[in-house]
Amino acid sequence: MSTDTHAAHADDHHHDDGHAHSTFSGYMLGFVLSVVLTAIPFWLVMSGALPSKQITALVIMAFAVVQIVVHMIYFLHMSPKSENGWSMMALIFTIVMVVIALSGSLWVMNHLNSNMMPMHEMTGMK
Amino acid sequence: MSPDLLKLIFGRLSIDSLPLHEPILVGTFVMVALGGAVLLGGVTYFRLWGYLWREWFTSVDHKRIGIMYMILGIVMLLRGFADALMMRAQQALAFGGSEGFLPAHHYDQVFTAHGVIMIFFVAMPLVTGLMNFVVPLQIGARDVSFPFLNNFSFWMTVGGAALVMASLFIGEFARTGWLAYPPLSNIGYSPDVGVDYYIWGLQVAGVGTTLSGINLICTIVKLRCPGMTMMKMPVFTWTALCTNILIVASFPVLTVVLALLTLDRYVGTNFFTNDFGGSPMMYVNLIWIWGHPEVYILVLPAFGIFSEVTSTFSGKRLFGYTSMVYATVVITILSYLVWLHHFFTMGSGASVNSFFGITTMIISIPTGAKMFNWLFTMYRGRIRFELPMLWTIAFMLTFVLGGMTGVLLAVPPADFVLHNSLFLIAHFHNVIIGGVVFGAFAGINYWFPKAFGFKLDPFWGKLSFWFWVTGFYLAFMPLYVLGLMGVTRRLRVFDDPSLQIWFVIAAIGAGLVFLGILSMLMQFAVSFLKREQLRDVTGDPWDARTLEWATSSPPPDYNFAFTPVVHDNDAWWDMKKRGYQRPLMGFKPIHMPSSTGTGVILAGLATAMGFGLIWYIWWLAAVSFIAMLAVGIGHTFNYHRDFDIPADDVIRAEDARTKLLAGAK
Repeated sequence: MSTDTHAAHADDHHHDDGHAHSTFSGYMLGFVLSVVLTAIPFWLVMSGALPSKQITALVIMAFAVVQIVVHMIYFLHMSPKSENGWSMMALIFTIVMVVIALSGSLWVMNHLNSNMMPMHEMTGMK
Repeated sequence: MSPDLLKLIFGRLSIDSLPLHEPILVGTFVMVALGGAVLLGGVTYFRLWGYLWREWFTSVDHKRIGIMYMILGIVMLLRGFADALMMRAQQALAFGGSEGFLPAHHYDQVFTAHGVIMIFFVAMPLVTGLMNFVVPLQIGARDVSFPFLNNFSFWMTVGGAALVMASLFIGEFARTGWLAYPPLSNIGYSPDVGVDYYIWGLQVAGVGTTLSGINLICTIVKLRCPGMTMMKMPVFTWTALCTNILIVASFPVLTVVLALLTLDRYVGTNFFTNDFGGSPMMYVNLIWIWGHPEVYILVLPAFGIFSEVTSTFSGKRLFGYTSMVYATVVITILSYLVWLHHFFTMGSGASVNSFFGITTMIISIPTGAKMFNWLFTMYRGRIRFELPMLWTIAFMLTFVLGGMTGVLLAVPPADFVLHNSLFLIAHFHNVIIGGVVFGAFAGINYWFPKAFGFKLDPFWGKLSFWFWVTGFYLAFMPLYVLGLMGVTRRLRVFDDPSLQIWFVIAAIGAGLVFLGILSMLMQFAVSFLKREQLRDVTGDPWDARTLEWATSSPPPDYNFAFTPVVHDNDAWWDMKKRGYQRPLMGFKPIHMPSSTGTGVILAGLATAMGFGLIWYIWWLAAVSFIAMLAVGIGHTFNYHRDFDIPADDVIRAEDARTKLLAGAK
């Protein structure tokens, strides 16, 4: 029947469509960026350039986020179009999940902490 | 030998670790040893080792792996149910000064093991097994994306189950409840191996679960046959996709939580301790971020099964396919927003509790939409009350009840009264048995003829069905009553004699469920003996609608000689309506993955490593870890990963089917 044309299926394991093939310069750029993004936080901690520890910690986390993006673009070759948009979709889903888990946990744990019975000073608790 | 040397070789394992002083365990061990000896002897006598190793253990065929998952789930069901019977008997007896027959030390292990086994090693294997078997067939694929990984995942699950089973006779299991909350599960309060068995059993099995989740997502996204767009996928495949997304997103949380607990126990960190800034509440928070999605991981595929069954046995297209898909996706997202309802009473304020209470209630909306879709599918359908449909109807009645008590528990003030009571126990058994277990049984009865080429015997199946359903209601309705009266969970003895009657009724219910399980085993045996009468040669015994029924039963290794092309939802129904003719010639060699024993070896080593870590046998842990790396790297040099099924073999298999089909007409 013409409605049920069968496609030969012998070759389905050699597909490599949708992958952005990276070049040597792409990898080098990623590598250099990663090194720079690692070196700056390291220097910040060693030199104590910023006045407070909290600001240093926040800046390091910001660098970490940029680092993640660099890895995704240069090493994992992710782009909004790769894998027919599935990579992008997975990324968005992951971000939603991580944001829910992190912000939810912070909210919940903070609430628990502020509702603790006043026993004694617990400076270590955050 | 010096004590130091013994300690170096055996860690904390000694002759005292064997529970020789517990008559129940010794008796069980003797029974298991005898049964095992008979089984192994039988396998040796009939020279089946080679066959089992070549055709099953090392097989990368998704159908065989799916069937092995189902066998694992059913075997572990017997263990988990034995624990349930012991608990029910203990609680029915321990009144009026009687201590019952289980000492506290043993009873606490029993309820922990029951929960862990039923969720991780019964429900998960049954669900994963069905997805493994059915999904590639439903999407017209030849196998999953990573066939070797699939085999490895299965054996890791078996490894975790083996560790939990080993705790029965070597040492002991956790006495902490199924989620092992600290501080009780910390080294100070649980210095024995119990919690370590729990941790490593779950970590080893968790690797398998996560990898199998990745595998199935990839399969569904990449290997659908031509024409099958996302919105033409069968609903079971949709629910499988969402479940595996949940697995991949949530199991890492479990892995990390258990790893932190491991650090607390092994190297003295203070993540979840009471002092030095640790917070046991953080453990509760994190484990439920995994734990709540976990219950949807289990129930979504069951929803998929019910969708397939309802539409097939009503002879109608599923009502509201699109809304069904969106409901599934919405549940997937919402399942991440409700975890706090497991610990409303822990002390968050009103704003937190009301947020999570409301999100919990919102989940009942997409679930309710599904329920109406099934009802409208049945409406004016020509319903055939075969076994899968019976389980589906029992599910609808039971699950609605459980869902409503769930919405009740979602109200924080009500939860303050009912938290940790038997009402909660009744609620989650109501949804897990009524949803997941009934779903698995509907699925087993539905797809069994596809897997083995003959139907399951309806008489024993119906007997099993009625025992299960009545047994379930008798066993759990009294728990609702007891919970409303304030009886908390995990109690071993009772003072108030007026409660006893309810526990006796519950125990009778458990006895009926036991008869249901026995009838089901009988059903398998009888069906095997009567397989010639129950034989189905058409490959489509239920006049079904989706692609898995387009091929023979059991399907050939390659599933489909030619990849099907899909034009509509319910692809096989559409093909039948259009007068589809099976192609009889033009067969080509088919490229397939080869079997490999690497998965068995790796999982065996992982299990040995877990055992070494549990008992502080450091050399064993180190050696097996290094061996795992070596075998894993060695496997990358295995270049015999695939082969071609010669065209002649395909022609032979397809001609045999042509003859069978002609004979059936």
